[in-house]
Amino acid sequence: MEILLVILMGLLYAAGIYMLFRRSMVKLLLGIMLLGNGANILIFLLGRITKGQPPVIDEAAKVFTDIYADPIPQALILTAIVIGFGIQSFAIVLLKRVYVLINSDDLDDLNTPEDEDI
Amino acid sequence: MLIAVLAGLIVSILFIPFGKFFRQQAAIAVSLLPISLFLYFLSYIPVIRSGLPVSFHYPWVPSMGINLDFHLDGLALLFSLLITGIGSLVFLYASSYLKGHPYLDRFYAYLSLFMASMLGLVLSDNILLLFIFWELTSISSFFLIGFNNDDPVSRKSALIALAVTGGGGLLLMAGLILMGHLSGSYSIQEMADNAERLKNHALYGLILLLVFAGAFTKSAQFPFHFWLPGAMKAPTPISAYLHSATMVKAGVYLLARFSPVLGGSDYWQYTLLIVGGVTMLYSAFHSIFRTDLKGILAYSTIAALGILVFLIGIGTPESLVAASVFILVHALYKASLFLTTGIIDHETGTRDVTKLAGLRHVMLPLAIGGLLAALSSAGLPLTFGFIGKDLIYEATLHSPGILRFVLTAVAVLTNIFLLYAGFLAGIKPFAGSLPQQFKGVHLPHGLLWIPPVLLSLLGVLFGCFPAWIGEVLLHPAAQSMTRLTTVAPLKIWHGFNLVLLLSGVTLALGALLYWVRKPSEQRLSALTRFNALSPEQLFRRLYRSIIKLSVWYTNTMHNGYLRVYLLRIVVFAILLLAFRLLTADGIVIDLGTVSPVSIYELVVGAILVGGLYLSVTTSSRLTAVAATSVVGYCICLMFVFYSAPDLAMTQFTIDTLTVVLFVLVLFRLPPFLNFANNSVKIRDGIIATLFGCIISLIGLLVLSEPIRTEVSNYYGDNAYVLAKGKNVVNVILVDFRGFDTMFEIVVLSIAAIGVYSLLKLRLRATEKE
Repeated sequence: MEILLVILMGLLYAAGIYMLFRRSMVKLLLGIMLLGNGANILIFLLGRITKGQPPVIDEAAKVFTDIYADPIPQALILTAIVIGFGIQSFAIVLLKRVYVLINSDDLDDLNTPEDEDI
Repeated sequence: MLIAVLAGLIVSILFIPFGKFFRQQAAIAVSLLPISLFLYFLSYIPVIRSGLPVSFHYPWVPSMGINLDFHLDGLALLFSLLITGIGSLVFLYASSYLKGHPYLDRFYAYLSLFMASMLGLVLSDNILLLFIFWELTSISSFFLIGFNNDDPVSRKSALIALAVTGGGGLLLMAGLILMGHLSGSYSIQEMADNAERLKNHALYGLILLLVFAGAFTKSAQFPFHFWLPGAMKAPTPISAYLHSATMVKAGVYLLARFSPVLGGSDYWQYTLLIVGGVTMLYSAFHSIFRTDLKGILAYSTIAALGILVFLIGIGTPESLVAASVFILVHALYKASLFLTTGIIDHETGTRDVTKLAGLRHVMLPLAIGGLLAALSSAGLPLTFGFIGKDLIYEATLHSPGILRFVLTAVAVLTNIFLLYAGFLAGIKPFAGSLPQQFKGVHLPHGLLWIPPVLLSLLGVLFGCFPAWIGEVLLHPAAQSMTRLTTVAPLKIWHGFNLVLLLSGVTLALGALLYWVRKPSEQRLSALTRFNALSPEQLFRRLYRSIIKLSVWYTNTMHNGYLRVYLLRIVVFAILLLAFRLLTADGIVIDLGTVSPVSIYELVVGAILVGGLYLSVTTSSRLTAVAATSVVGYCICLMFVFYSAPDLAMTQFTIDTLTVVLFVLVLFRLPPFLNFANNSVKIRDGIIATLFGCIISLIGLLVLSEPIRTEVSNYYGDNAYVLAKGKNVVNVILVDFRGFDTMFEIVVLSIAAIGVYSLLKLRLRATEKE
């Protein structure tokens, strides 16, 4: 099963990187999201995966009696997802602004190199 | 002593708040600073004369060996008196020369800064302290050359001067640190005491090279001499003070100061002889082709600096006495000539020596001053220059070996050219009949003409009483460079000998040259034909090609296309990681602990791949967003399978919110435009796939490494015991790492404020562009 996750992670990274290379701003944004998902899975894998044993202590017990999934990667990923959402929402609104101003989704239209500077 | 050194710095800082007041009122009052310092240093003459140097020690950063150690000996005193003495006259002179200038306060601030750093430079015993002051002189010189900052030529000259002297300074720093490191002490006196240790070290050659680089750039030695004529763009008092009397002698000072430490070897001697010799001949020859008065003086200054380096290179006690005499001789007559030139420029509006004539009819005292300075530079008997020149010839004649004939010939030839240059600057503008256009010229304010005349008169005074000044000031100075055993007093008359004959020949040939040859533009333009070969042009070419290189670099590497940047970063990361993986000792992937795959996971994985494919390939924006959210939901399910319910919930919520936001905000955008052609897509695809493969490989490698679980176990064991929570992930977030979460909330709030303000922002039509 780890193999499947590793392959999926590689695919997410590849798709994310490919989308980052596109000129469209929306695609760039989707690329960032895919890349973020890939990174989350990588962190998830680093802690090893455990099936059906969430890190929640039994109702009756005070400590774990059985094996349980590593809670640290989960805490990290939770933070990453939420912060990622902050970035995405800001980027989406920013993108909208840019579109309203320059009426284009093309990253190259943002380039206004000042000739005298070069 | 510390106050004496720092006074200039303090004064220059005081100009920031009080500059405006100063500009309107008492410009002349600031001259009290150099005058009082001059008197202060004069008071040390009896002490130094008795042969006892004075040391001052103030701890600064003792742990790093940097202390405010000052050491006042003969050499330092000679320079200090020059700096403050000529400084006093220049301060007074400038108050009239730049009267009413809008930046007068700035000018005096730079000038005070310079004076303080120059004093610090010659008084420092600690080489790191010396270096700090060394750089400060370069910087204040940069500001003063570029003082007329609305003139592009002026700015460019300032930059070139800074580039050359600053570059040399950098090498010097390396040399000084090396010296301090190898000798175990940063004090020049201590280094001189065990000089053998440095001289016998394997890195001695490197130290010499670095120190020479610093000294030669600062003192404008060939081939770094070209910044000095450019520096003449500075106001004339600056040229007189920095670029002839004091700052450019810093390199000479450094060589003199290090003579006991590094000197005496063949490398030292021959390098200095060759560089000094080439410099003095080259620039003395050049000086006679100039028509601009300041140009003539600039080149003859370089020649004089060459002579000084040359004398230090000979290294005999005689030649070092000659060097210390010539430092004073040159400072007196060259500063006087510069200040005279400044007045001529100020009153007539031209510095072209071919046009100037007959000014003695309108400015008689100045004409006398110029004449005396020119005679001193020529080395006529009863001027101080005569003593200086005699000593130079004596030093070259008494130098060991067959070399003496070559050295003497070089010295005589240089002096002939220098005499011509001196006459051109000091006599030519005053001789002959007064042209019509200068009839209205009159003698300026006393503050202007008294300083140069005073300097010229001092030259004559010292020339008449050489034994006195020699004993008081110059012999102690030479003594700091070498151990003088027997000191012969300086004399006017040595009897009829070879030296006198050579002096006579110099005078006669020089005067003849002046008589026969008139300066003209044609000769100057004839000389400019060789400019393409000059070091200055090489430097400019280097400068231009560096600019071209950086323009090319900027245009190719920083072209403003985000995807190109990203492409480079990713390719570089691939290469780096691939290199690491390929050179590893053999990659072992152990799949023994891998768990089996169930059908649910396979199906979810297949959906995820489908969603990915769709989001990458579709041309509809909405489809792409929907497909990306499908990918997110699939990951959410994966979290469910693998015991991460909190993650699954968060991922689900966030994914939904993102899609909603996307659709609400962006649904009106047009479909994707297909910008890229197929080859670009294939290239990007290959790079992206490679990167994905490498990341997967790394993931597999990580999985086959052993895992440590101490931290996780700590949280698991203590979640309920310490924090009274049963969901360990939640406990970590809100309790163990509660502050992290709080700051995360802050970040999200900032993002929310940003989103809200962007949505509410209404631009006026004019701001849209």
